[in-house]
Amino acid sequence: MPTTTYDGTSVTVDEEGFFTDPGRWTEPMADQIAREQGIETLTDRHWQVIKFMRAEYTVKGTGPTVRVLGKASGVSVKELYQLFPKGPAKTAAKIAGIPKPRGCI
Amino acid sequence: MADTGTATIEKVSIIVSKGSLEGIYPALIMANGARAEGIEADLFFTFFGLDAVTKKQYDHIKLATVGNPGLHLPTLLGGLPGVPDLITRYMERKMEKLDIPPIPEFIEMIADTGAGIYACKASVDLFELDKDDLIDQVQGVITVGEFYEHAAGGQIVYT
Repeated sequence: MPTTTYDGTSVTVDEEGFFTDPGRWTEPMADQIAREQGIETLTDRHWQVIKFMRAEYTVKGTGPTVRVLGKASGVSVKELYQLFPKGPAKTAAKIAGIPKPRGCI
Repeated sequence: MADTGTATIEKVSIIVSKGSLEGIYPALIMANGARAEGIEADLFFTFFGLDAVTKKQYDHIKLATVGNPGLHLPTLLGGLPGVPDLITRYMERKMEKLDIPPIPEFIEMIADTGAGIYACKASVDLFELDKDDLIDQVQGVITVGEFYEHAAGGQIVYT
């Protein structure tokens, strides 16, 4: 497993860069991961999605799909794609330090 | 994805030519899935596929219960009155459990992802439809030539 360093802490990630151990993630790491994903600044709206991802993962053991994000995160599908143009569920999961959601929807 | 060094798909244009439930869903799932991966996606509805974006029809898409060997239902049985509705409802309930949205909600969501939704001009003319007969998410009624312009630089998937 590759390792990478965020906020001075070494973490293991999978081949695509998703955290393998979400427990190692801390909030200060998010900015750097976001920049690697082409998002220069994380706004409050980004954070609303990131925190929702973490909460869903904690309860369900898997990240939510875009459909669930659109219905339950308080951010519409349209805005989700504006915030995370390269795919909201995938990008937000990476920034939130959780594994890649594997749903087809 | 892009940093793995392997070849990636940047854009897909998906043609929907069938008007059955099983003809429409795979294309919608592929288009939505493309956007979820950050891939640009367009949907082009042609021939009976137009039902998926026609106001009167898109909430009444049926599963093909006749001439569909994959359903494992005798064709004579599939043709009995009420059977297409019954099987369609059964399938819709199963899909709901898997968090697959109904077609109208799915198309609205796909439009919200930024995917393009287009109708084929020849088919719209053939079925004597107007732009007003189509759902609001349809961004244009376009010719095959215009479709190829939209599709330039990407992969074309015919369903």
